[in-house]
This record gives sequence, C-alpha cells and structure tokens, in this order.
Amino acid sequence: MSILRYTDDHEWARLEGDTVTVGITEFAQDQLGELVFVELPTVGGSVTQGDDAAVVESVKAAGEVKSPVSGTIMEINESLVDTPEKVNDDPMGDGWIYKVAVTDPTEWESLMDEVAYAELLAKAS
Amino acid sequence: MVPFAGYQMPLNYPTGIIQEHKHTRESASLFDVSHMGQIRLVGSKAAGCLEATAPADIIDLAPGRQCYSYLTNHAGGIVDDFMVMNINSGYQMVVNAANTFSDLDVLQEACGHGCTVEHLGSHSLIALQGPFAADALAQLSSEISDMHFMDVRTLELSSAPCTISRSGYTGEDGFEISTPSNSVESLARALLQISGIQLAGLGARDSLRLEAGLCLHGNDIGPQISPVEANIAWAIPKERRRGGIREGGFPGAAPVLSMLDDGPPRIRVGIRTDGRAPVRAQAPLETSDGKAAGQVTSGGFGPSIGGPVAMAYVVPKWAPTGTRLWAIVRNKHLPVKVVPLPFVPLRYHRS
Repeated sequence: MSILRYTDDHEWARLEGDTVTVGITEFAQDQLGELVFVELPTVGGSVTQGDDAAVVESVKAAGEVKSPVSGTIMEINESLVDTPEKVNDDPMGDGWIYKVAVTDPTEWESLMDEVAYAELLAKAS
Repeated sequence: MVPFAGYQMPLNYPTGIIQEHKHTRESASLFDVSHMGQIRLVGSKAAGCLEATAPADIIDLAPGRQCYSYLTNHAGGIVDDFMVMNINSGYQMVVNAANTFSDLDVLQEACGHGCTVEHLGSHSLIALQGPFAADALAQLSSEISDMHFMDVRTLELSSAPCTISRSGYTGEDGFEISTPSNSVESLARALLQISGIQLAGLGARDSLRLEAGLCLHGNDIGPQISPVEANIAWAIPKERRRGGIREGGFPGAAPVLSMLDDGPPRIRVGIRTDGRAPVRAQAPLETSDGKAAGQVTSGGFGPSIGGPVAMAYVVPKWAPTGTRLWAIVRNKHLPVKVVPLPFVPLRYHRS
C-alpha cells in the first residue's frame, strides 16, 4: 500500500514501506513548462527535509526540488538525464525523480494530504 | 501571461516555447510586439537630431530603408538600441518597451526646433518571422516580393494601413508590421488564417534571438556597456568614425572611437557547455586556475541547437574561439567553451 503526500512547494512524496519516492506535481510541471535538464542527487548521499535535493530546469527557468523528507538517497531516475520531458509527460509516474530511505518518520506528518493540497491549488488559481 | 515592461504578455501559447521556436525556424510565426515603443520624428532637422544622439548614418539613409543603431550616453554606454526607418515624411523608430519614455526625453532634448518627436502610442507592432513569412505576406500584397532585408514599404494589408520593414529579432527572414491599433486585430486574424502561420510568445522570441546572437537591452547591452564591447560596432558607419565626414558628434564619441582604436577591455562572445545544464544570466566564468574571466549575460536552452547556449562578456585574452572556461552554476564548476556567434546561420533576405 502506498500513500501520497504533498509539500507547499509542489513536490509529491509516495510512501512505500520505509522508502519515499519524490517528484514534482502536475501543477509544478505546468508552471515550469517544458523541462530541458534535471540535476539528480547522488545515490548514497543524504537529504534534509526542506533542503534542495534536485534541480529541474525548463526553457523558462530553473526550479529547486526541496526534499519532502530527510533520509538517504536510495535510487535516482537516471532516464531523466536524457529525457527530462518525462517529468512533463507523467510527473507522478515515469517522471519520478529520486527515492529516499526515511530517517525520521515523524516528518511525514508535516506534509499535506491530497485534500489539503487540493485546497492549496484552489487558492493558487 | 507574464508582466513585461508594464504590459501583460504571453510567455507562450498552448503548444509551448520549444514547438513555437522550431515552428518559427521551419515555417512562420506571428508575434505581438506592440509593447515595443514606436517614435516618429518629423521636420527638416530630424536626421540631424538622430545623428546627435546615435552613431548612425541617417543623412544617407534612403527613403524606404531601415538601419540598426543605439542611443549612447556620455561614457559611450548603450542607453537603448533601436531600428529606424526613413518613411519619406520623416523617420520612424522602434525602441525597447521599458526605455520608450526615457528615449522620448533624450530625443526631445536633442531636437529643439526643426523637429517634432511623436510617440505613436496608438500604433501596434506585429512581427511575422520565419522562412515562410514572405510567401505568406505576398498573399496579402504582391509588393512584398520586391522587398529585401531592411527595406521599408508603406502599403495596405487586408485593408489595414501598414508600415512594413523586412527585418526582425529571430535570425530568420521576416517582417515587422506597424499599424494603427484599431486595425491590428483584424490583420492578425487574417494572417492566422494562412495555413503555416501560428502564434508565438515572448519565450520563443527570447530563445530565437539568443540563438541568433542578438543582444537584449538590459541583459547583454546597457548603459555600462559600449558598442565596441558588445561587438556591435559594425553598426557605426565610416562616416561617423575617425576620419569620417561626420566623425563623432554623438554622446560618448570620444570613448567609443578610442575603444575602436585600442580594443575593448571585455568583449561579447558565445558560450557552449559540454553537458545539458543551462548556464543562465549572471553566472560567473572562471579560468582553470580560478581567475575571473567574465560573466554570462543571457543563457538558456536553444531548441534548434538542442542544448544550452549562452552569451557572455570575457576579457579579450579569453575571447578566442575554443577557449576553455568554467561557469559557476549553483556552486558547481561546469566546463564551457567560447564559440562564434551566432549559434544558427542568419537567414536574412539580402539583396
């Protein structure tokens, strides 16, 4: 079973066991426009909740991916190096960015559920 | 939509910047550039007024012709760059949106009697750019086919009175069309009826001009940068250079003409990266041993190149093609090299 959570910076996080998969939301990819470059974190490196973990760049601008949770990077989506547009085409699926082994499960509680994120989007539009 | 120089402007239409960019190079795109300032100078002293503010040869600019120039300040920096056309009854300029009112002040001050300076606030400007632009426009007026690069005609398109120049800001063949704002919408709709023409926004305009090596005022050129440093001194004709029949006579003539003789302290070059990471404006450039070499002034992804492209100012020692430098992006050193500008061949319809 997996659960989805969101940040107010428009990242999504999917919890499976003690691993969290991270990406950017449909709203975020739409705001950025066509991605031309993704800078991935290093496998084995550590990330801290709220800190920059990856960079997504479109023709328009560069955006930071702030990690929804702290932990150790277990896996990165290397296919984004050559096909960054996967993030545009399928941000919540094939366009995932990295997987992290969670160190502090209580951080999960600080993230938004789907209802709260939908309300955030409603306010943004 | 994004705010730009006091206007709300489309960054892109639904197809997106990359598709709009490629379509422009392959077919033709229509850009609404009505934010650009349009200024008309009329009177016996109009040419003299322009020559007092810019190092151009306006006296010899024939009716029906256009040239590129810039307003300079006393330090020889570029206050604004512009296109000016001789429209028989006077001269008509296209200036940068953000500088329109300060340019009007400069021109009015330089002109005095014998020339009136008028802001064409009720005129719009649209640009049709791309290899298909000429054939498309010829469907509305046969006179288009006789025009070459930088030619100007006054004629009717789809019953709109237009002043048209064969020029643009994309590196492609194309036209800029000035028309009263109350006829621009019907003209734009008529153009969009032609199969092969689609709309393009500010985003594609920026990536197209960057690939074409064209300067953006406020980024690549500005009051602190001389035309010699910007590598656009080709726009200063021999008449205004040392030994010319109207040598100098523009603000900052002494520093600009000296720099033409002595060489610039920094110069604008093209930059390519080895990887896919774009290097954007403000990124510092360093040599392998960590010395400051210059700074990027425009940078991003070039859709026709299929990779990152940038323009930068570097000290002349590091300006030769092939020079290897490092760009500092997010505290990382990315390997880059100096390349010639433009990144894509310019496809103007020269005579």
